[in-house]
Amino acid sequence: MFDSIGNLVAYRLLNLSPTGQLGPALQFFVMDLAKIFSLLLVVIYLMGLVRSLMTPERVRDAIRQRPDWQARGLAVGLGAVTPFCSCSSVPLFIGFVEAGIPLGVTFSFLIASPMINEVAVVILIGILGWQLTALYVGAGLLVAWFGGLAMQAFRPERWVEGYVWQIRLGQSLLPENDRSLRARHRYALGELRTLVGRLWRWVVLGIGVGALFHGYVPESWVLEHLGGDHWYGVPAAVLLGIPLYANATGVIPVAEAMLGKGVALGTTLAFMMSVATLSLPELLILRRVIRWPALALFCVLLALAFMLVGWGFNWIAT
Amino acid sequence: MKRIQVLGSGCRNCEITYNAIREAARQAGVEIELKKVTDIATILGYGVMSTPAVVVDDKLVHAGSIPGPDQVRGWVKG
Repeated sequence: MFDSIGNLVAYRLLNLSPTGQLGPALQFFVMDLAKIFSLLLVVIYLMGLVRSLMTPERVRDAIRQRPDWQARGLAVGLGAVTPFCSCSSVPLFIGFVEAGIPLGVTFSFLIASPMINEVAVVILIGILGWQLTALYVGAGLLVAWFGGLAMQAFRPERWVEGYVWQIRLGQSLLPENDRSLRARHRYALGELRTLVGRLWRWVVLGIGVGALFHGYVPESWVLEHLGGDHWYGVPAAVLLGIPLYANATGVIPVAEAMLGKGVALGTTLAFMMSVATLSLPELLILRRVIRWPALALFCVLLALAFMLVGWGFNWIAT
Repeated sequence: MKRIQVLGSGCRNCEITYNAIREAARQAGVEIELKKVTDIATILGYGVMSTPAVVVDDKLVHAGSIPGPDQVRGWVKG
């Protein structure tokens, strides 16, 4: 259906040629714009309706005072289902530290949270199918688990800013949530407004980049350099993804276009993870609680992990 | 006079919340003392990790999202 909307606009209304460059690019843009935004509206509203508020405060209470492996499992799992605004990462970090949650577990949470979320998962299934979605989510959970463990091995406590240890958290006395359908409907509409308001630029940008890739990058060039035959495709994709930042949802159309042109699966997954997880704004926010050596280590470890994921999948695929 | 504080590190959602409360007070013709709190230690002192959060007369009433218009009107009138 969305395919035909794209065809209608690009080839009928504007009379572009399906064999040129602009035609397929525009067809891709219109098709993905319609598809992703319909999915976004439906998913965000439904999630808002059914979600009993999964707040960071509750995550913290669920994780504290558990053995390490349980805490990490919860941190990774809850990180994957809890969307939180990156402006909350500082209070969240301090809140976790104050609760005595090991830093490695906190890092697991900070890795899982931007990389995997329910909105991105549903859109991934809609665009790339459930098998690829399962691969992405599975690999993401593994990276979050072992990434946090690896951070812990370097004793990152010594790099935490001194004031963080002084802060004491007050008792949170939030009133109980209103569980009636009317209240949840209102909450869901609010979510729709804030999330779409926050996401749409990333999604349009992602679709635009995907469309340019789809229309203008020659397939022969892609197959030669990014087809998975060369080892350097994966690190190149990861390094390119670090300075680039898009929301996990925004990077999906780019991945779609890359796969469509024959970029190797592992290379594409590594690129998606790198774009969604590592970003300069996020690092600058975290810098307020932890010093540069820890952040540099965080980047290096994650980049290595994404490369392993990429090479692993490329190797399995061949 | 009612004292309302908006807790948040200064992100856009905190700004929206602050403006919504100021506007609601103006419409209701109620005078309130409205303050932005960006100090992280104070924010966490209320047990809040997700912002924006709202404190009315030293009591936490909301955290983690932009509040709905009814909620805002309720705080202003009280």
